[in-house]
Amino acid sequence: MSTLARKKGVGAVIWDYLTTVDHKKIAILYLIAGGIFFLLGGLEAMIIRIQLAVPNNDFISAGFYNEVLTMHGTTMIFLAAMPLVFAMMNAVVPIQIGARDVAFPFLNALGFWLFFFGGVFLNLSWFLGGAPDAGWTSYASLSLASPTHGIDFYVLGLQISGFGTLIGGINFLVTIINMRAPGMTYMRMPMFTWATFVTSALILFAFPPLTVGLIFMMMDRLFGGNFFDPALGGNTIIWEHLFWIFGHPEVYILVLPAFGIFSEIFATFSRKRLFGYSSMVFATVLIGFLGFMVWAHHMFTVGMGPIANAIFAVATMAIAVPTGIKIFNWLFTMWGGSIRFTTPMMYAVAFIPSFVIGGVTGVMNATAAADYQYHDSYFVVAHFHYVIVGGVVFALLAGAHYWWPKMFGKMLDEKLGKVTFWLFFIGFHLTFFIQHFLGLMGMPRRVFTFLPGQGFETGNMISTIGAFFMAAGTIVLLANVVITTVKGKRVGNDPWEDGRTLEWAVSSPAPEYNFAQTPLVRGLDAYWIEKMEGKKGLTPAEPLGDIHMPNPSILPFVISLGLFVAAFGFLFHNDHAWGTPVGVVGLLITLGAMFFRSIIDDHGFHIHKEEVMEAEKKGAGA
Amino acid sequence: MANHTHVQNPKVDVQYRRKKNAEEMKHQIVSFTLMIFLTLIAFFAVGYEGFSAWFSVPFILLLAVVQVIFQLYYFMHMSHKGHELPALFLYGGVVVAFVTIWAFLTVVWI
Amino acid sequence: MHVEEKLTPETFPAEPEKATLEGKNKFLGFWFFLGGETVLFASLFATFLALRDSVANGPTAQELFKMPIVFLATMLLLTSSLTSVYAMHHMRNFDFKKMQLWLGITVLLGAGFLALEIYEFTEYVHEGFKFSTSAFSSSFYTLVGTHGGHVAFGLLWILTLMVRNAKRGLNLYNAPKFYVASLYWHFIDVVWVFIFTVVYLMGMVG
Repeated sequence: MSTLARKKGVGAVIWDYLTTVDHKKIAILYLIAGGIFFLLGGLEAMIIRIQLAVPNNDFISAGFYNEVLTMHGTTMIFLAAMPLVFAMMNAVVPIQIGARDVAFPFLNALGFWLFFFGGVFLNLSWFLGGAPDAGWTSYASLSLASPTHGIDFYVLGLQISGFGTLIGGINFLVTIINMRAPGMTYMRMPMFTWATFVTSALILFAFPPLTVGLIFMMMDRLFGGNFFDPALGGNTIIWEHLFWIFGHPEVYILVLPAFGIFSEIFATFSRKRLFGYSSMVFATVLIGFLGFMVWAHHMFTVGMGPIANAIFAVATMAIAVPTGIKIFNWLFTMWGGSIRFTTPMMYAVAFIPSFVIGGVTGVMNATAAADYQYHDSYFVVAHFHYVIVGGVVFALLAGAHYWWPKMFGKMLDEKLGKVTFWLFFIGFHLTFFIQHFLGLMGMPRRVFTFLPGQGFETGNMISTIGAFFMAAGTIVLLANVVITTVKGKRVGNDPWEDGRTLEWAVSSPAPEYNFAQTPLVRGLDAYWIEKMEGKKGLTPAEPLGDIHMPNPSILPFVISLGLFVAAFGFLFHNDHAWGTPVGVVGLLITLGAMFFRSIIDDHGFHIHKEEVMEAEKKGAGA
Repeated sequence: MANHTHVQNPKVDVQYRRKKNAEEMKHQIVSFTLMIFLTLIAFFAVGYEGFSAWFSVPFILLLAVVQVIFQLYYFMHMSHKGHELPALFLYGGVVVAFVTIWAFLTVVWI
Repeated sequence: MHVEEKLTPETFPAEPEKATLEGKNKFLGFWFFLGGETVLFASLFATFLALRDSVANGPTAQELFKMPIVFLATMLLLTSSLTSVYAMHHMRNFDFKKMQLWLGITVLLGAGFLALEIYEFTEYVHEGFKFSTSAFSSSFYTLVGTHGGHVAFGLLWILTLMVRNAKRGLNLYNAPKFYVASLYWHFIDVVWVFIFTVVYLMGMVG
């Protein structure tokens, strides 16, 4: 039954990936899909920057600019950053805790396919009458007035991919609680695993408000609801609250895994244990908790009144404290360490000043009275790009370089990696630093052009040049991926030589079953402990035996496809007679697939001991 | 697990467990009776003309909370051990729920 | 111990729903899901509370709601919660037939509840209280309808489990499934307690 080390045709490989429930393959799916959406979002960013390079530009029309702007934000957050974070989590977390798989392999696959079909659905809008054009926040007063179907694509696409994310979150929570290897206590878990844990909890509580907000928006636009329509008693502020009750934790959902990735990288390449581990855990949990108490700082200018503004301002500023703890811990980790400036480490070092700038402008924005000046200006744009690019994207690039050998068995080229880093780093600061000043000078965000003679020309030109640097960096990265895939050499278990956590104790890529024998964890940085005692491998916690594996299944794909079809039907139900029937058929496909999942027993299969031993021998020889 | 500690005499174990289950079922019925009673009071409080809204609204909300505690701790077995993490995450949800409702009652321009 | 192994009352564990790793995962994952559902319903409740006086030109809560039907629905659902407790009681006693019987009663009570709700909604529509009448009507139908959708899904789920396992009886593979379905059913009841209090009773008070 096992599919170990067998040459397969293209069709078989595709079928394998369509039906896989293996977290390592799902990680690759997330990486590819998220990567493609990242390129798409990047392309949209380039269009924005070209349009804004000179005043009174007519590279694109005002309407199209709105669509590109909306899709840039939506794509980057939901379809690029989120799945790439999930790619890292899937690739690493189960191995880091010494598990053979996640708690719900089937749901893991379902989560991916829901995200994928949601993302494809959203982008279909480009070809079917126009993309959403009310900004990624899609405030109801704007979006209800949008004449095309763009907003409907936004609503239904995000609804589908949101379900996927929620499922992924629950899966990781249970995985981390129930699947840890013997000896892997909570306070021995690697920081990235901790970050994944807290992030998953945030997903669990943050996505339902988005789901509800999207339901309301769907009802209002497609089914005659009045949630946001003041003419019949609706209230447009409700959308803003629901969106930000989700939206602000979403920021932490993205940035906490980034912190986790950097924590791993700092420790590895300083060849030192992470400084202040327990305070790092504490800070992560505290950020997660406070993340739910601050959403209304996005709405200071809505008119909630001075008391509400003051409460949310103070709560927001409080988050700077645990974040500061983390920054100092990273600095102290490097202090006195024997540092190696590999590509991931360069991103990590560059992240600290970049992210601190974003944090400082965050506290500036949190000052409610001053926010009336910054609001809706390029100052805010600069702020959140410093946090999200300087924090999350740097981390994803660093993590990709760091774990690439573990995912694909080959090292990305270090020279090209450093070229990417410098291009991206310089380009990033060139693009966004100047935008702080453009904002303070009064340049509003989300406007498709600006007039000459208002002092915005130089700043915008610099910003556009910076964007081209980032694009060049991305192209070098792509070339690096291609070159590595074609020519790269296979590497062993621990290609960075300083790996500390369990993922570096198994072959690269890890075998289907991760660990031939479940390891016994004897402390924080379990693999490092074994290495320091002169041992080659991990201490096993069990004898070699048959390994139980979950069966592959096409049902996750079918369930997601059904929702995709349903969304398509209901979106057009007011325009075409076929709308409702198609929608119902889609729902029946989904429910039918769920029904089959329920009635067909899935006991998985076993990889026999002999096969495991043979695979281990091969893995060790490579 | 209980069935492992009593392997040598499974009959006794089964009898013991049956008895414990029966006892628990008794508690369940008591809590159900109380829940029905609380529901009746709530409907009565609203139907009765003598109570003002200022009294009956907080009163029936309190009854609802009490009833839900019965559901969670008896019917859903949250009083049993092994429910620490479910409780943590449920109350996590309750905190977010509370904050959300508080916001919608105060800062949505009503 | 294989999950499909035929068990006897002696070998059946005290907590069959948590006897396997899959069961433990399911148990925990489902509780977390309920934590998320709490927030989902809270968002619906919050919106309802914000919009419940925005009746536009449509009927108000006091004009619409009638106590008898709500009371009857409440009794049906509360009782169905107890009957599903009975089902789980018999599951732990390894009495499959009685478990099926009580689950069957639960489904009947749930179906009765659902029928009442559908009747109630059609009555409201006849009285001119449509989904698109006012912000109040939209938020009412969405909140109560989402709960009704949960009831319908729960019925289908429990029925599927009952039919699928009718012949083979209880084992450690399906015990967690039954247990989780009953947790879901109780949660539906928890939500209803707040619906009848916050939506109906508070609506009648005004």
